[in-house]
Amino acid sequence: MNRMTFKKATSNRDLVLGLIVAALLVIITLRAPVFLSAGSLDTLVTDGALLAMMAVAQMLPILTGGIDLSIPANMAFTGMATALLSKAHPTMPVLLTVLIALAIGLVLGAFNGVFIAYLGLPPMVVTLGTMSIFRGAVFLLSHGAWVNAQDFGAPYLAFPMGRLLGLTHIVWISAVLVAAAYVFLNHMKKGRELYALGGNPSAAQYVGINDTHNKMLIYIITGLAGGLCGYLWVARYAIAYTEIALGFELQTVAACVIGGVSITGGRGTIPGTLLGAAFLVIIYNALPIVNISPFWQMAISGAVVLAAVILNSRGERSQGKVILERGRVSTSKVAL
Amino acid sequence: MSPVVSPMPRRVARGSFWALFKRWETILLLILVAICVINARSSPYFLNPHNLFDSTQSFSEKAMIVLSMTLVIIGRDIDLSVASNVAMCSTLMGWLALHGLSTSSLLIASVLIGTLAGSFNGMIITRFKVPAIVVTIGTLSLFRGIAYIVLGDHAFTTYPANFWELGQGYLFGLIPYEFLVFLGLAVLFYLLLHRTIIGRNLFAYGNNPDAALYSGIQVDSYRFWFFTLNGTMCGLASAFLTSRIGATRPNMALGWDMESIAMVVLGGVSIMGGSGTMIGVLLSVFVMGMLTFGLGLVNIPGIMMTVVVGFLLIGAIASPIVIKKLSAWRRERARA
Amino acid sequence: MDPTDPTPVLSLQGIRKQFGGIQALGGVDLNLYSGQVMGLLGENGAGKSTAVKILTGIYQPDGGRILAAGQPVSFKGTQDAWKHGVTAVHQETVMFDELSVAENIFSGHFIRRRGGLLDWATMRSRAAQLMADLESDIRPETPLKQLSVAQKHIVEIARALSHDSSVVIMDEPTAALSVHEIEDLYKIVRHLKALGKAILFISHKFDDIFAICDRYTVFRDGGYVGTGAIQDVNQDDLVRMMVGRSVTRMFPKADVELGEPVLEVRALGNETEFDDISFTLHKREVLGFYGLVGAGRTELMEALFGLGRITRGDIRMRNQPLCPASPRNVIEAGIVYVPEDRQRNGAILPLSIQHNITLPSVRKLAHGPFLNDRAELRMTANIVQRLSVKCFGPNQKVGELSGGNQQKVVIGKWLATQPLVVILDEPTKGIDIGSKAAVHSFIGELVTEGLSVVMVSSELPELMGMADRIVVLHKGRIARILERAQFDAEAIVAAASGLAESCPA
Repeated sequence: MNRMTFKKATSNRDLVLGLIVAALLVIITLRAPVFLSAGSLDTLVTDGALLAMMAVAQMLPILTGGIDLSIPANMAFTGMATALLSKAHPTMPVLLTVLIALAIGLVLGAFNGVFIAYLGLPPMVVTLGTMSIFRGAVFLLSHGAWVNAQDFGAPYLAFPMGRLLGLTHIVWISAVLVAAAYVFLNHMKKGRELYALGGNPSAAQYVGINDTHNKMLIYIITGLAGGLCGYLWVARYAIAYTEIALGFELQTVAACVIGGVSITGGRGTIPGTLLGAAFLVIIYNALPIVNISPFWQMAISGAVVLAAVILNSRGERSQGKVILERGRVSTSKVAL
Repeated sequence: MSPVVSPMPRRVARGSFWALFKRWETILLLILVAICVINARSSPYFLNPHNLFDSTQSFSEKAMIVLSMTLVIIGRDIDLSVASNVAMCSTLMGWLALHGLSTSSLLIASVLIGTLAGSFNGMIITRFKVPAIVVTIGTLSLFRGIAYIVLGDHAFTTYPANFWELGQGYLFGLIPYEFLVFLGLAVLFYLLLHRTIIGRNLFAYGNNPDAALYSGIQVDSYRFWFFTLNGTMCGLASAFLTSRIGATRPNMALGWDMESIAMVVLGGVSIMGGSGTMIGVLLSVFVMGMLTFGLGLVNIPGIMMTVVVGFLLIGAIASPIVIKKLSAWRRERARA
Repeated sequence: MDPTDPTPVLSLQGIRKQFGGIQALGGVDLNLYSGQVMGLLGENGAGKSTAVKILTGIYQPDGGRILAAGQPVSFKGTQDAWKHGVTAVHQETVMFDELSVAENIFSGHFIRRRGGLLDWATMRSRAAQLMADLESDIRPETPLKQLSVAQKHIVEIARALSHDSSVVIMDEPTAALSVHEIEDLYKIVRHLKALGKAILFISHKFDDIFAICDRYTVFRDGGYVGTGAIQDVNQDDLVRMMVGRSVTRMFPKADVELGEPVLEVRALGNETEFDDISFTLHKREVLGFYGLVGAGRTELMEALFGLGRITRGDIRMRNQPLCPASPRNVIEAGIVYVPEDRQRNGAILPLSIQHNITLPSVRKLAHGPFLNDRAELRMTANIVQRLSVKCFGPNQKVGELSGGNQQKVVIGKWLATQPLVVILDEPTKGIDIGSKAAVHSFIGELVTEGLSVVMVSSELPELMGMADRIVVLHKGRIARILERAQFDAEAIVAAASGLAESCPA
């Protein structure tokens, strides 16, 4: 990784955020050393891995100036669908489950993509609509019934929580996908084109970047990610119901925003988003440990997002042009 | 001198019947009539005046918010925090009720809280120049979070004896008070949007904020006040809603943000800002209301309605584009 | 023309292009030769930008043909044009502020390693090489947003060169540049000439045309008028070809008697953009403001209009103190501001003529909070008649009017407020010579009617022709104020560049 890409990949902001996250860890551990115990760390890292995957998926449309509010609803639908399948066919191999999850996610993502990429509709409104449609569809699939731990087939639950070198498979999957996203965004043409599309859409058109294809690609990718994460989520918590990941729309956007991704597009880094996700996960997991009721989670997320965007905005805005030179005595020999 | 460039010849004389027919409002009116006819045929209970008026209760509160949301959207903004605002107002109102406030005080309190919440949105958006979408995503979490912190898993059901009159009372035993309040507000909002300077300036900056600014319109001031007004309507709606359903729960009004935006957009208001009519929005409110009523009469569960609204939302913003593309495609075929 | 190879590198022959019912080009020819700079002249609407878009592959012609080195070609898009070596540098930079210089240069044609990954190392070194060729010290990793407008232009040129082009099209490249930067640009153009590129140079400024062009082609109303060598013509000849008649009085300065002071500004300043600004504007006066790009003129005007920041000094309007807290109270005091970017800041295209014209005055006409339709119609009819706006009626959308009529609506909007002072920021920027004269004579009319005009302009001849006095700004401060009798181009430019002068008369 040469100097230029390294400079692009990190920035002062990311460093500051990294320090804040580290400081947070230190403060919480001092207050409650149990936070760094093996069990707590394991939960932290696994939760973080899931959120990281979803946040990186959310980052892609935001880079192009869009957004995908339907990712959690996608997860809910795919999760429920695969859960019901597992209930009906408990011995179904994991590979097949994963493929089905990806396929469903692909279709849902493509549904978004058709309206956003081909019809040019505003992504926020479209995904607001599909968010409801997908979640409603969960109800239609399940008729409101839940799928409980004992209903799942063994392979379904075993795979994501299986371990490799002490970490769950979820963490490894997440690591691989996030690394792939990093390469995509920094070292591949289509990835760089996203930054161009979000930064200056008319210039992007001028240099020949096809925004329809790119946007379709993006929403399909988020669909795939939603599908996979849906399966992983349900398998991890061993439960499937209509309200899976409800409210996670905010978390994914929050992770991006805290990580320095500009909501209007054209700017953002993977390390930043990862740190944003880490920040949130640490706070959520710390709450019960420092005896704050989990009901505070929502309000805290909201407040953190607001603080982050306000800070972002002050940084983004260019200072007024400094035209005057300092220290010059005014020599106004003027005729009025 | 450059030649006079003649604008496109008008294919439709202004004021002709055909032009009137192609207007969005007319189509909505026809759809409304169609829905009513279908409802009347599928259930004998539909045309009963008591039932009809009762059905208005399911949408009256939402509709109050839709009135002010229309102004926000015409101004090129959006407010995703309305549902959470309603929940928060209700929560704080319920807490005050426990301390023995009277019904009228509770109503005023709810309106005040909603107004403050709305102005909080407005302040962050205009003062810190942060895009409305991400601010209201943050406050959506913050407001509902506050509701959860106060209520946890419980509900408030203790209210003064005559509190239920608000949402469940009738004039002449037939017309619900909420509906009357909504109608009164509808008239006021119609006048505001179409007959006052405020409305005129709103259309101006919704179309072109820069030109409006240079013409002397204080754009940020308007935006602030419209977000505040939106909050006021949330407070008002919250009082009526709480009174009607008989309790305060932290998950009340779930989905109202999407539904209210859907009603506005279905009413012919462009999501990109700058155009729309109050008549269209009113028709859309009734279309959704009668649709919900009709589906309820044939026992279709509420969650289906969410799915339907999701489709309606996407359909409403997609149809102008699809129509434009179809006619362009047809024109190209004819030329070839 | 190179006598050994008279074949044009790129050639348009009989090109036609129509949009709806409007014919933008009705059979034009244009030949570009290697190592030569061809100036393309014509009024607004003559078809120059359409021709450029056809050359760069953005539009496809309806008729005629394009020849590259004598062979017929067709460009299906910008990528196609690039492949044939045709690149362009546009007026508005079409680049990405958040990305680095190197990435901007290679956007759309990244260099890749085997395996599909991007080869940043090569792109970075190639970018550095291009910058060195252009004698610029901009580093390839620099984010574009940190560069000045002139520097961004250089990056655009580097981008054009990165395609290994044979044709470089430059569309109004000097519009936003200072005198020094223009000289640097000329050097670059000569360098490109020496490399054997064919250059198409589009500019409204005759200074540019006569400084570096070898040949000229003139379009008028979408048609081809003629071509030839620059050395064979003078400015009047070109103007006659462009306009179809000779324009005798370019700057009709109205002869009016100045009245009492209308606007007095004393020691105005804010911390960062301007300081110690003092001047007086008299009734019927045209006060010019000159300065280099970045001198602070627009910032000063926007602050006067209530859109900027003022921390020191005071303003008096007709002897009443004025605090420009917002555009609204400044308009009420009688000052209006017509900004530089007219399309964006002038008319609201989807709204009707009536809405546009009455926009700043709506409060004055209204009955309390309610709109007063009858008064608005009266005002609209008044303005439409006075300015001869060609339209179907007050309810027609402004977006449907021609460019000139849209301009009239914008001016009408301001006239309807019955202002005392009109601030015009670059009123003739990017406008052809015929319309320029119209704007100037209109300014003369305003002044005759008793208004005062503040005119910010980067075109010295225009200011020297129109203004009663010129205020020269340099780095946010007033360098000199000159009376009409003292007008001297060199002195003004020197003051604007901050060069020390002997004490003003």
